[in-house]
Formats: sequence, structure tokens, C-alpha cells
Amino acid sequence: MKQVIVGMGTCGLSAGARQTFDRLNEILSGNPGAFEISGTGCIGMCYREPLVEVREGGSRFIYGDVTPELAEEIYNLHILGGEVLENHIALHIAPDGKKSGSEAGFHSLQNKIVLRNCGTIDPESINEYEAAGGYQAIQKALFEMTPGEIIQCIKDSGLRGRGGAGFPTGLKWSFAAANESDIKYVVCNADEGDPGAFMDRSVLEGDPHAVLEGMIICARAIGAASGYIYCRAEYPLAIKRLTIAIDDARKKGYIGKNILGSGFDFDVKIKQGAGAFVCGEETALFASIEGERGMPRIRPPFPAEKGLWAKPTNNNNVETYANIPWILENGADAYADYGTEKSRGTKVFALAGKVVHGGLAEVPMGTTIHELVFEIGGGIKDGREFKAVQMGGPSGGCIPSTLDMTPVDFESIPATGAIMGSGGMVVLDDRTCMVEMARFFLEFTQNESCGKCTFCRLGTLRMLEILTRITKGEGEPDDIEKLVTLGNQIKEASLCGLGQTAPNPVLTTIRYYRDEFEAHIHDKRCPAGSCSALVDFFIDPEKCTGCTVCAKNCPVDAIAGERKKVHVIDNSICVKCGKCITSCNFDAVYKK
Amino acid sequence: MPAGICKGVCITARREDSFSYRLWRYDGAPGELIPLLQSAQDHFGYIPRRAISYISGVTGIPESEVYGVVTFYSQFRLKPMGKFVIKACAGTACHVSDSKLIIETIEDELGVEVGGTTEDGLFTLNTVACIGCCSLAPVVMINDETHGRLTPALIRKLLRSYRRREKAARGEESSAGCAERL
Ligand SMILES: Cc1cc2nc3c(=O)[nH]c(=O)nc-3n(C[C@H](O)[C@H](O)[C@H](O)COP(=O)(O)O)c2cc1C
Ligand code: FES
Repeated sequence: MKQVIVGMGTCGLSAGARQTFDRLNEILSGNPGAFEISGTGCIGMCYREPLVEVREGGSRFIYGDVTPELAEEIYNLHILGGEVLENHIALHIAPDGKKSGSEAGFHSLQNKIVLRNCGTIDPESINEYEAAGGYQAIQKALFEMTPGEIIQCIKDSGLRGRGGAGFPTGLKWSFAAANESDIKYVVCNADEGDPGAFMDRSVLEGDPHAVLEGMIICARAIGAASGYIYCRAEYPLAIKRLTIAIDDARKKGYIGKNILGSGFDFDVKIKQGAGAFVCGEETALFASIEGERGMPRIRPPFPAEKGLWAKPTNNNNVETYANIPWILENGADAYADYGTEKSRGTKVFALAGKVVHGGLAEVPMGTTIHELVFEIGGGIKDGREFKAVQMGGPSGGCIPSTLDMTPVDFESIPATGAIMGSGGMVVLDDRTCMVEMARFFLEFTQNESCGKCTFCRLGTLRMLEILTRITKGEGEPDDIEKLVTLGNQIKEASLCGLGQTAPNPVLTTIRYYRDEFEAHIHDKRCPAGSCSALVDFFIDPEKCTGCTVCAKNCPVDAIAGERKKVHVIDNSICVKCGKCITSCNFDAVYKK
Repeated sequence: MPAGICKGVCITARREDSFSYRLWRYDGAPGELIPLLQSAQDHFGYIPRRAISYISGVTGIPESEVYGVVTFYSQFRLKPMGKFVIKACAGTACHVSDSKLIIETIEDELGVEVGGTTEDGLFTLNTVACIGCCSLAPVVMINDETHGRLTPALIRKLLRSYRRREKAARGEESSAGCAERL
């Protein structure tokens, strides 16, 4: 029988997957037994959501942009008639694994380890996870390997933490294992604070059991009996699916007392974050689980010695844990075959911004930025020019298009001044102002600073004031030097990673785009045509209907025009408040 | 989750999350403060003064400390929220897709600033850093519905349609049949 699978991740649901799913269910209830229907997590091609897959005899046909109407057509023609709607096929995977269809390019360079089950299994079904080979690795971990052997295997695989810093995972586990204690904890960091990164969410929504299995293996390796998953509250669907996964795993005896009769106990609880970026930092995360204000603590002592409730704790990122079962199953060497010498394996990137194909891509470490943006991402939207990628979010930096041959790994990216971070990759085009970009990130970290360190609390505020001044055309000649000095001081005088990296976005943009800063300061000009105070406003005669709303809203009467006639803005009177853009009902006003 | 405590009464997941249930179940286990506050916010829609007193009374944590935790996390609110909570995304991908214009348009249309609630209690405007639908930027969430690929004109239309629907619903309730157009 044909199986119909609908992508029901947050990306799919916000594009209307629920309506498509409901329509298919309606059809099914009218024609019982015509096909089987289920939901799955994010397939990665977020830009073509809602996605619907028709699966038959090993052949997978994935349709893109499936509205309820198209779903009906797919039912009539494909499911009943056996005729494939070629024009709507995003991806076809033949039984031999060969890919074709309009989005085959998006998948060409990808290798799925972390995302192995995302978009193929129903994340709310433990049976499907098992059928896909799930929970085999813990059998190995419990009955065939000693804790020492597990740790050695992870060390040999070369896996490094995917939460940002890239610390070798096996080594981290060995520290926690070596510390004697009656109680130890395993913590999973699912706080995903970097705005522009969404792979942890997709893994939790699409394959929650993989993360659980990784945690169980870790617990076995370090000798812990309880664990926590700290998930941000903005991810309600991820929390729901994790809750189901934990309940099902407990019923099947994968967690709880005496797991699979091995005598080993382990249980997991979910803790919801409450909206604080700094809680992604591990010591602040522990404070938050303990029910306190999420403020970072001084290290050392490191978590492996004194972590959660002052007990030895191992904390890893979602993606790190999701790799673990695969490594135990397939062996350390198979994993180490992917990637570069010092950065083994694959990494999931969240492509967003001005790129044609926004979505998730998992590639071997060492793939170049160019390949990610152009071959997988399909290039820049609206045929604009590629300017830079922003990596590492508020702790990272912008890598200019001239360095697009840089391979993504833990050595090459930091050499540019950016960081790997969690894998958010926001693509910028020639209309993005780099000064504004720097200001945006600093505003973010300034807001999120917990206030413990003076430099982080006040230094970032001073930097923000300077940057805001520059974007308003009120910059002063020595502002750039001031930013650099302050930035370096903040890096040195802050306790946690938030302050230590907050100046990065500013320092890297000054490094690569100093001329843009200078244009703002000296010529009072925004080369990208973005900073409102430094550009002119125009009305598109094609779109203007002469409704007079903008003229009525203009506080300085800079807009002239009669009812039902095209209006014109007098830029010599205009005070650049932007009121005309936000008030226009036809999106006719633009700035240049 | 406290499984196996059934005691003859079937307690559904919903009940286990409820504020009074959690308060009643509190057994002095450390780290329960934030979940308690979360269920209080679920229950009241915000954290009222009396919830802080209840929690402090049950846990023995001083009210000042509870308040300190409430103000640290952006999720907690000390004032009631509107019927429709707008979460305008101000994450990186949305920012480069001009989310600032969208937020300004909402402020203008509703006459409130970020963090504020309209006088009629209908809308509260908040910003969030990334909803995870970056490929549909700029994105706004209104209660649980996500709206993507917005422009100033589109968001204005959207807000007006919410207002109109609400007015129609209220009109029906009072059967006044108000025909005022927005
Ligand atoms: C300000 C700040 C925010 C962070 N946010 C996250 C986050 O959202 N997710 C995450 O996994 N790690 C985050 N980290 C890194 C964690 O502190 C920690 O290094 C990581 O979870 C370790 O896991 P790994 O070894 O698997 O990478 C953050 C660090 C800092 C300083
Ligand atoms: S940045 Fe807005 S949804 Fe991610």
C-alpha cells in the first residue's frame, strides 16, 4: 500500500501543513484503506514546505508546496492513478538511493548522520525509530562494551561538541567518568539561543529518541543515574515530542530502573527554559535548573567535577548526543571517515537570510561556504549579490564573500574571526548594512547580559550607543578606535562566554568592512542603502494608488500629491522617520 | 513526571501541570521554583502578586527571591496579557528581512510599544529571538498561529482582520449587530 507522509515540523506547520494533513485525512476517511498516512519531522527543505511524501516499494516521491488542493490532485492522479505529478516533485529518491527532481541539488552534497531519521520516521512512534535501527546502540553499550570502551570509541571517532566550542566529546566524558561520586548527572543543552539557528529544534521534533539514546549511552559511560534536558520554552512542539518519547522509552524499558535487565538505572526529566539567552551557557543552565536566576558561575571547578547541584555533570548539545548512537552502531572509523583531519564527521547548518533555499543541510566538515551558499542554498534571492555569511550568531562574526572558499571546520572558521557556533548560517546580500548588523547583535547581547560583570553590562551598552550613533549619521572620527578598544577590554574582563564573545560581531565587521563604517562616519552615507537616517525615501508610481495615507501620516508634510494621483516625497524636508513606509497599505514606499 | 502516583484518581497530564496540583504536590525537591512559576503563568496568564505569595508560602523561598527569579527571565510577566499575544520575531534572519519595519508597523497600528497591551485588552506586542521558521522571514506569531513572508501592508491587514473577527464575535454576543467598519 502507498504510504503518505506529511512534514509536520514547526516549519511545515507554519506553512500550512496542518490543513494539508487534514484534507488528506478527510480523503482517507471517505476511502478507507486507500493509503496509510503519518506525520514526520523537518525534511530540511523548509523553503518548499508543506512537503508531502508518497512512498511505495522503496521509491520516495516528495512533493513541495502542497496546498490542500494539490493534495487532492496527488490523491487522484498519483495514489489512485499511479501517475506522478512531475511538475510538483521536489525530490525523488529511487530504491537505489539515486536522487532526482527540482531540489536534487539541495541534497547533492549532504550526508545525513544526525538527520538520518528526520523527515523519514514518525517522531511520535518508538516502533518506527526501532525499525530504523534505533535502540540497537544501547544494547551494545550495556552488554558488549565497558564504559571505558564506550569512551574510547567516542574519542576515536573524533567527535567534537556541536554546541559551539567544539570540545572533544570523548575527552569530556572521560573527565566526568573519572570523578568519583554517589550522584552524577547527564545534561542535554537544548536551549538553542542563537537567533537564526534551528537544527536542534528540528532534531528534537524529528528524531527525539536519537537524543535520548545518546544520553543513555553517555550516562552508562560516565556512571550517571539521572539526566535533564533543558529545552527552551519557545519550542513547544519539541517539548511535546520529547515528553512522548520519554514516556514510550520508559514503557519499553529503555529508561528507568534496571534497563533491559542490565542492572543499570537511568531516568530523564525535561526542564523548560524561561527565556534567557545566557542560560545556554552551561553553568548558567545549571543555575536555572536549580531554580535560580540563570547567572554563570566561575570555572574551575568545571562541570565534570562540580556541575549541577555541585555533582559531577556531563553537558552536551542536542546534535552531539544525536551523533552518539550512530557512532556506536557504525564504529568510530566510519564516523572519522567524514570531515577533515581535526574536525571529524558532519555538521548540520541552518541556512537562512537572503539565500534561495532556506532550510537544514547536513554536510561533512570541510565543505566550503561557497558550496553551502550556492550549490546547496541555490544562490542569493532576487538575483542580488552575495556579500557575507554570518556564523555563530551573537558570539560569531561575518565572513565576507571574498573568503567563500573557507572550509567549515573548527580550525578554519575561527581563523576568519567568526566561530562555528551552533551552525546558524545567515546569508547577507548587498543591501545588508554591516554597521547595522553589528549594532543588531550588540543590542541582542546587551539585552541578554545577566549583569554580573561590569564590562559586559556597561561596556556593551557604551558600544551600542556608539554604533547607534553611527547608524544615525552622528558618528565621530575616533568612534572606530573606541569600539576596538572597548571590544578588546570586554573580551578580557568578562567571566563567561557571553561577554567574552559579545564584541566579536563588531570586531569582525570592522576588520572586513571598515570602509562602510567610515562612509557612515565621514560621508554620512550608508553604502548598502539601509540605514534610514542616511538614505532617501521614494514612492513607486506603479504601486501608489493615491490613497493619501502617507501624506496624512507624514509629520513634516514632506509628501505631496492629490487623491487618486501618485504621491511624491520631498527628501529635502523629509526627517527619515519611516512613517510613510509603515503606513502604506500597498508597500509602495521604499528607501535607497 | 510523577508516574505511578495514581491513588485511584486518574490524573491527566493537564492536571499534573496545573498550578494548584503542582503546589499541592510540592515535596521540597530542589529546582521546582521555575516550573511552579510557569504553571502559575499558565493558570493566570501572568504572575499576580498572590501567586508569588502562595509559592513563597509553600516553598519557603523568600518572596524577594521569587521576585528576583521572575524578573530575570523574559518569559514571566507581572501584568495581564491581551487576548492575542503577538510575538514578532526579531531574530537574525528576520532582521535582515526588515522585521524592524514590521514591528514599527504593528506599534503604529496598535498604538502600543513593544511589551505593551492595547487599552481594549485585545493585543499584547512582544518580540522574540527566532521562532525557528527563518526560511519564512519575516515571521510573526499571533497566539499559536505563525504568519510568514510579511510586509508592512500585509501585517496591517492581518491585524485588522483579527480586530474585525473579534468585533463580529462580540457583536454576536451582545446581538447589537454593530456595522461599524474598520
Ligand atoms: C552565552 C552562551 C550561550 C550558549 N548557548 C548555547 C546553546 O544555546 N546551546 C548549546 O548547546 N550550547 C550553548 N553554549 C555552549 C555551552 O556552554 C556548552 O559549551 C555546550 O552546551 C557544550 O556542549 P558540547 O560539548 O556538546 O558542544 C553557549 C555558551 C555561551 C557562552
Ligand atoms: S530569525 Fe525569525 S524565525 Fe528565525
